[in-house]
Amino acid sequence: MIPIAYPLVLAVILFCMGIVGFLLRKNAIVIFMCLELMFNAANLVFITFANHYQVIDGQVFVVFVMTVAAAEVAVGLALMVTIFRTKQSIDIDQMNSLKG
Amino acid sequence: MTLIDLYSILPAATLIVWALFLLLANFWFSKRQPVWTPILAGAGLLASLVVSIFFTGKPMAGFGGFILVDGFSNFLTPLFAVTGIFAIGLAYDYLRRMGIQRGEYYTLLLFSISGMMLMASAGDLIIVFLALELLSIPLYVLSGFAHPRVDSQESALKYFLLGTFASGFFLFGTSLVFGAARTTNLTDILAIVSSGEADTMLLLIGSALMLAGFGFKIAAVPFHSWTPDVYQGAPSPVAAFMSVGAKAAGFAALIRVFSMIFPSLAAELTPIFWALAALTMVVGNVVAIAQTNLKRMLAYSSIAHAGYLLMAFVPFGDAVTRSNSVASALFYLTVYALASLGAWAVLIGMEGEDNQGTEISDLAGLGKTSPLSAAAMTVFMLSFTGIPLTLGFWGKFYLFRTAIEGGFVTLAVIGLITSLASAFYYLRVVVKMYFQEGQPEFHWNFWTSSVAIFTALALVVFSFMPGSLFDLALRSMLTGS
Repeated sequence: MIPIAYPLVLAVILFCMGIVGFLLRKNAIVIFMCLELMFNAANLVFITFANHYQVIDGQVFVVFVMTVAAAEVAVGLALMVTIFRTKQSIDIDQMNSLKG
Repeated sequence: MTLIDLYSILPAATLIVWALFLLLANFWFSKRQPVWTPILAGAGLLASLVVSIFFTGKPMAGFGGFILVDGFSNFLTPLFAVTGIFAIGLAYDYLRRMGIQRGEYYTLLLFSISGMMLMASAGDLIIVFLALELLSIPLYVLSGFAHPRVDSQESALKYFLLGTFASGFFLFGTSLVFGAARTTNLTDILAIVSSGEADTMLLLIGSALMLAGFGFKIAAVPFHSWTPDVYQGAPSPVAAFMSVGAKAAGFAALIRVFSMIFPSLAAELTPIFWALAALTMVVGNVVAIAQTNLKRMLAYSSIAHAGYLLMAFVPFGDAVTRSNSVASALFYLTVYALASLGAWAVLIGMEGEDNQGTEISDLAGLGKTSPLSAAAMTVFMLSFTGIPLTLGFWGKFYLFRTAIEGGFVTLAVIGLITSLASAFYYLRVVVKMYFQEGQPEFHWNFWTSSVAIFTALALVVFSFMPGSLFDLALRSMLTGS
């Protein structure tokens, strides 16, 4: 059996990659992919602990997270499409009509 | 599913069923008589309000502990329903004037409110997460509702990306708490945490990550950077609703999760909350002074008020003062909700095409041209500042009393000083309205003005009997405390 530390360390690495990508990348879709990475890092932790303790809660949680993530993709991509229609760009550096 | 289960989610379920029905009804009404969609939405909220007051009076647990109906949720559920009714009153005229009269607004609003109601009665981390998303996703769409206006679209994308970022933090924190406690049920987590079996390090990291997620929802410094941009870009009724509903729901989750399962971590977490509260009060109030746009000023004011609310929350680990601390937070939340909805109502009356009329200088002369609105605005500004004869004074009074009872005198002093500083920018609005000449263009509408006048009257009338409202808040006990 794989030691519990391996998947947990992997999850932490994925989570940190997500944060760094969110802060550094400029394209809204790539940023969105980084957010998905963060969600799936959490999923990995849930699955790992659910397997380790042999309880079902964690696995149920993962199913809900995946469903919600799909709903967020629908809304997020729709927002990006409408913005692209108006501005011909989804580069977040060009989103400057609001100060701050 | 037993009858108890159904009763426990009845207010939220009413809203969801009604929203689905409204989505269909809107096809019929949108072309012929668009006025019926908001009326039906308001009727749905009213039904939910009645249900929440009459049918779910006694504490109970539904769905095997997934839903907890207790004094806490019984206080907040009607508050959310009333906020929704006000948000509809604010929206109708605004949407018509801006040419964005789309019936989906009301459906999305109802879905968001049902998420808030579930949040207030969440008994499991799964429900907390689902409710957080159920209330957020419609709000992302609503902030971009004024498309193709570019600033509305940009604010929606900004809110969406940062909101999802915060959800990611919350989710990772939840997964670590699950890892420490082996369950996601709040009552079971409490039992395991107090028995000392759980890994404290894992719990601490998990709770800190969850705090970051909630901090975003309530707009606490340093997670506040989205607030002014989103409030400025989003349609004003949506910003009004967000400034009240989303913040109240964020605090509901914060109080529910942290007061219920993490009192044993109070020693480690209290300094973090202390710093968050102090930082939020100082930054929110100081930056608000520099604002010239009324929307951005209200946004920073909402940040500052999140700081005051956090102050009530700092002594959360202390079992003796906890009921007082929860009660004063709920009391302040109600006061803030009334004043904020009212101030946005006046702002909506001022706003013209393309954000015209939303500068503070545009208010000059309102005292002469539209005395009733100016008087109402004065009440809101005085209540925000916390001046006697408004409910805002009592809100701050109970807050400071809780902080001092809990032994956080320095924090109370910081709150007092920042309140004095806030008088500068709140009273500037009053001075502008009454002592400067100008010809403001005020779009009078029955529903918008009713919201302003009703909230202003409530703030003044209840200031003569704050005790009755506070007693109501005092009965809002959490399960297990």
